[in-house]
Amino acid sequence: MALFGGEAWANPVANQMNMTKGVSEWSPYAMHMVALWVCVVIGVLVFGAMFIAMFRFRKSRGAVAEKWAHSTKLEVVWTVVPVIILIFLANLATGGLTTFADTTGADMTIKVTGYQWKWRYDYVDYKGKGVDKVGFVSKLEESSDRTRQLKSNLDPEKIQVEGYNTYLLDVDKPLVVPVGVKIRFIIVGGDVIHSWWVPALGWKMDAIPGIANAAWTNIKEPGVYRGQCAELCGQDHGFMPIVVKAVPKAEFEQWLATQEDEAKIQKAAQTAQNAPAPAPQG
Amino acid sequence: MAHAATHDHDDHHGAPKGFFQRWVMSTNHKDIGTLYLIFSLTMFFIGGAFAMVIRAELFKPGMQLVQPYFFNEMTTMHALVMIFGAIMPAFVGLANWMVPLMVGAPDMALPRMNNLSFWILPFAFFMLLSTLFMPGGGPAGGWTMYPPLSLQGESVAYVIFAIHLMGISSIMGAINIIATILNMRAPGMDLLKMPVFVWSWLITAFLLIAVMPVLAGAVTMLLTDKYFHTNFFNAAGGGDPVLFQHIFWFFGHPEVYIMILPAFGIISEIIPTFARKPIFGYRAMVFAIASIAFLSFIVWAHHMFAVGLPMGAEIFFMYATMLIAVPTGVKVFNWVSTMWGGSMTFETPMLFSIAFVILFTIGGFSGLMLALAPADFQYHDTYFVVAHFHYVLVTGAAFSIMAAAYYWIPKWSGHMYSETWGKIHFWSSVISVNVLFFPQHFLGLAGMPRRIPDYNVAFANFNMISSIGGFWFGASQLIFLGVIIHCVFFSKKKAADRSWEGAKGLEWTVPSPAPFHTFDVPPVIHDDELAHGNTDH
Ligand code: HEM
Ligand SMILES: [Cu+2]
Ligand SMILES: [Cu+2]
Repeated sequence: MALFGGEAWANPVANQMNMTKGVSEWSPYAMHMVALWVCVVIGVLVFGAMFIAMFRFRKSRGAVAEKWAHSTKLEVVWTVVPVIILIFLANLATGGLTTFADTTGADMTIKVTGYQWKWRYDYVDYKGKGVDKVGFVSKLEESSDRTRQLKSNLDPEKIQVEGYNTYLLDVDKPLVVPVGVKIRFIIVGGDVIHSWWVPALGWKMDAIPGIANAAWTNIKEPGVYRGQCAELCGQDHGFMPIVVKAVPKAEFEQWLATQEDEAKIQKAAQTAQNAPAPAPQG
Repeated sequence: MAHAATHDHDDHHGAPKGFFQRWVMSTNHKDIGTLYLIFSLTMFFIGGAFAMVIRAELFKPGMQLVQPYFFNEMTTMHALVMIFGAIMPAFVGLANWMVPLMVGAPDMALPRMNNLSFWILPFAFFMLLSTLFMPGGGPAGGWTMYPPLSLQGESVAYVIFAIHLMGISSIMGAINIIATILNMRAPGMDLLKMPVFVWSWLITAFLLIAVMPVLAGAVTMLLTDKYFHTNFFNAAGGGDPVLFQHIFWFFGHPEVYIMILPAFGIISEIIPTFARKPIFGYRAMVFAIASIAFLSFIVWAHHMFAVGLPMGAEIFFMYATMLIAVPTGVKVFNWVSTMWGGSMTFETPMLFSIAFVILFTIGGFSGLMLALAPADFQYHDTYFVVAHFHYVLVTGAAFSIMAAAYYWIPKWSGHMYSETWGKIHFWSSVISVNVLFFPQHFLGLAGMPRRIPDYNVAFANFNMISSIGGFWFGASQLIFLGVIIHCVFFSKKKAADRSWEGAKGLEWTVPSPAPFHTFDVPPVIHDDELAHGNTDH
């Protein structure tokens, strides 16, 4: 049973109650916990006072109402103390924002495009070199897609990868990325607005037509990280998951090379096909 | 003619006899208030039915009941009906009934406009709801109507026309309330002697007038983008989809405060009554409402932290949003201090008010967390947000309306409701609503996006708990309906003029039920009869 504060779940687990710590260099987890505890402490004090009042000052216990209805001292206290707490929180959050907003110094760029209802990934550059035509579409994997049809009578529990239930959280072709590399994402929308969200990376960013948004990650541990579209984008909004497969650098470089080769072969095949220009038809 | 124009309703007699004359042609603030309240209750059940469809589909993983597109229609309609049909008209209904009674006015300042602003609503909602039966279906792009998605719908024109009507109705209602409060107070009812509820509505009415036209502008631009080839929000034509979000939330954030400020007012009436002690810090309470209203205009982009705003904008909107926690905190602390040292009893209105203070504050806490932009990159558009706004809207706004109904129904009907059944309604509601919404915090934090019809099995248990809470909460509201019907038509227990021992204010000086016409002659104000007459403290 997963309770508050415990282990770092990278992907949702049954009965999970708290935010993932994430696997990237940047994570709002600590700030979330600070804010949560601030709220819990204030809550205990305020609700505690209320319950004491409700117990002590009941008419049935013979309480007689007092007449006072004002206290400048108290009112100053409960204006000033929250302000101080807020300044503390604001300071923390400003720090988090500043590091998040800094997408400079990335070693790799990936372009993410949201479509109804799939994602497209294009590898733009890696280690300062342009990547040649590596890009693909990534969409809900087929067994989830069959199961999620209305009254399919198929059991979502059955969809598993290595003992982990991947119903609606798996794709046909994951985004492969290296660990330990600062990756810059350029995120755009192809038709309507979507939002690219992998909780383990710590953020989501809207994919908006006509706007190129930027965000970054630097994944520390190899693994498979799952997420979903987070902005309502039409009927199959719930069915366009995201899977990021983070692998060691060497493995990634190999993968990228194969992809580039494949892209070349495909391109050659295409040009070969197109070469004997069809006879003019009219 | 001149006579007819100035004196066509019977000022000094009872209600008109004919049903049509009395209800459709009404210019009486009490009858119109009743109409608003009945309308709101009807919409509450219609919107609630949509919510039941949503929770039934989400009961377990896999698609069992409806197609995804219909699911989106349900989430969209649920929000539109609840916001514009249930919560807002309920508050306007309460204002209609109570503001004239509380300030010693014979009626609203503009009685015919009052009639019009109510009777627009049934048509608006008939049109909105009828889209569900049309070939292309109803709106399915969310109540926020973000383009380009919302423009893919077939029902855009109907929905926008309906929203225009609701906006006109709200603006007219707001003008009426402002005119009544500023011009119709009995001599001696100074502004700073007015009940907090009246203050809260005065400020809310200004918010309404300020932002409903903004909404109207935004949806009109949607309309022309869809049908007249403009490109306000179309990136391919040089427009900007994010512009819509700025305009929408410039309306939208004040709108959420439109739905909570009158609630603050109600709670500030009820707690002093049942604590038998004047409200703590009356001026601070009024000032807090005013400053929340002001701040609500400069925080809108906290709904847009994930659209990729420049960092400076994120920081500004984050700080401004956090600032709202200060006056909000003042209100909560003052309610608690009002209870402290009182002599409390716990009738149903008080129970709902206490639940309001605790549960609204929980919603405020999650609001504060959401205000932290970096953390919102995780929270945004998840069930955590859904939990937040249901805590402030259901256990906040809706609970305050229920509290108000129990508090004032003796004055409206002349009978006492059944305290036993009121309490059953309260406990059933307050437990089920937490079963319904508290687990949604966990779902959001664990990674479940909002507005999805199906989900991974990791989210199964909390969804099932939430759905059970949902059906239970829905069923509990049938008790509410029963209590109201019983109270109005069957209750034998006559209500005293001052229905509650500790109640102060002008509304309790008139008979119960309040006669058709009250304060034809302005009442003489005795400060010690007012809840807030002694403002020297
Ligand atoms: C302490 C005061 C509050 C703060 C700091 C606050 C903050 C926020 C923030 C930052 C969001 C955006 C979350 C996101 O989409 O990621 C939000 C959403 C929302 N809040 Fe609040 N809030 C507060 C009180 C209220 C109140 C009083 C209401 C209404 C009665 C309210 C209703 C809503 C609604 C309806 C949404 C969601 C709108 C949507 O996306 O559909 N909030 N709030
Ligand atoms: Cu989506
Ligand atoms: Cu807001």
